[in-house]
Amino acid sequence: MLKDITIGQYFPGDTIIHRLDPRIKIIIISLFIASLFFVNSFIPYIFIVAFILLTVKISGVPLKFILKGIKPLLFIILITFSINIFMTKGEVLYELGPLTVTKEGIYLATFMALRLIFLITGTSLLTLTTSPIALTDGIEKLLSPFKRIGLPAHELAMMMTIALRFIPTLLEETDKIMKAQMARGADFESGNILSRAKNLVPLLVPLFINAFRRADELATAMEARCYRGGDNRTRLNELKLKKLDIVSLISMTIFFGLIISTRYI
Amino acid sequence: MIMKINNLNYIYNPNTPFEKKALDNINLEINEGEFIGLIGHTGSGKSTLVQHLNGLIKPSSGAIIIDGVNITDKDVNLKEIRQKVGLVFQYPEHQLFEETIYKDIAFGPKNLGLSDDEVDKRVKESMELVGLDFEALKDRSPFELSGGQKRRVAIAGVIAMKPKILVLDEPTAGLDPHGRDEILGEIQKLYDKEGITIILVSHSMEDIAKLVQRILVMHRGKLEMDGKPREIFKKVDELENLGLGVPQITKFMKIFKEKGNHVNDDILTVHEAKEEILKFLRRKKDA
Repeated sequence: MLKDITIGQYFPGDTIIHRLDPRIKIIIISLFIASLFFVNSFIPYIFIVAFILLTVKISGVPLKFILKGIKPLLFIILITFSINIFMTKGEVLYELGPLTVTKEGIYLATFMALRLIFLITGTSLLTLTTSPIALTDGIEKLLSPFKRIGLPAHELAMMMTIALRFIPTLLEETDKIMKAQMARGADFESGNILSRAKNLVPLLVPLFINAFRRADELATAMEARCYRGGDNRTRLNELKLKKLDIVSLISMTIFFGLIISTRYI
Repeated sequence: MIMKINNLNYIYNPNTPFEKKALDNINLEINEGEFIGLIGHTGSGKSTLVQHLNGLIKPSSGAIIIDGVNITDKDVNLKEIRQKVGLVFQYPEHQLFEETIYKDIAFGPKNLGLSDDEVDKRVKESMELVGLDFEALKDRSPFELSGGQKRRVAIAGVIAMKPKILVLDEPTAGLDPHGRDEILGEIQKLYDKEGITIILVSHSMEDIAKLVQRILVMHRGKLEMDGKPREIFKKVDELENLGLGVPQITKFMKIFKEKGNHVNDDILTVHEAKEEILKFLRRKKDA
């Protein structure tokens, strides 16, 4: 199960998508997310799917890899789906005891589930094709105008990179500790919810201790190298917008603008 | 025979771009009471192999028979297997979690469903076996201890399950020379006292040469060599090709012999070397 979590992973490559300026990518993904929430019918979804598939194709990330990323969130998608299907009032189609399935419910449930799936695939495409370093640079640059009103842009960006960077490490560690405790007869798979939660103690305590230890070591290592935040810091690779970046930004703004406008037609 | 492995294969991430063959057709027989060293370079598959031995990883193909039970069968009782094969992971101190040392060591025996008296007895015994003072330490937090002592607690936690086969994955990694010698000494004592089968995983020839009776050498998922330490260490060139060395003293004696001195180069420890060189010098004087 742990191996299926692909959120925050980077899939190295050298495609147009990979080379795109991270700032542009973040803006495009923000537009993508916004348009997902504006859309209120199925027809614009066709264009969203086309956008996702095209991006996946160009980026060279295997489709299977992206679909695998949905798996750990399947539970949330299912809950959303069932709440919508049973709780929506309207024309009744089936009745299962106290639960009723309505036409509107099916429509809304499918709609919401698709929205979640698109959200996950779209955003994981961003992290899959952008290295954590590029991603932070992008976030920092985008947030830098807000520095004047006291927003610690550099620190926020740094915290995000570190968090992203440690997701795979912590997963690996979870796997290791789980195995070590299983070797001592621990059981993580059977029992009711209460005993299962109790059985997680031998996993969570060492995991937290190790995470704190790691954080402490990292802080010391950063201090030892005189890290002191973003002021007057220069970069090896300055972000520079290229023609490709401008073209993609304009075309994608128009594309998502049109999708959003479908709501008001 | 306590363990038999037939045509064992394991592939990481099958059918993805990250596919990797970690174990390649391993065949192995281990007898009861053997003290075995498993050696290989980083990434040679040692850790993957030992995790198969108590069913933590299911093989892609092949069979592992422990004490007459094929542990790759679907309806096998894994708890029983994990009691029979005790596995001490690398850096085992990272899995300590209880408030007191006593409770942490008792975790394994309690999971076996033993009575409180029996658990108590086992905690005492295993602490003694690894050289920890029961009365002084049992109520202290494992997190207050030094690195070497934490590791002892973790090892005691596995020993307390009374395994028939004890597998230790790099038990000396990250310890200073003194701590390393102590842990290895305790493993030797444990072997002498309990007579269980021990598999010691390491990449250090020096550690293993002194202790074990049989050495298995792994390379890129394959079992490349299997034999007595003296036989294995004769193949200096082959070992060096696999990125492994022989104990420095063995190498020294080999070079010393190559320089035209008539000594026996079948040497594993500094002590043996001393005897051999003294003998050689006496012969030279007499001649």
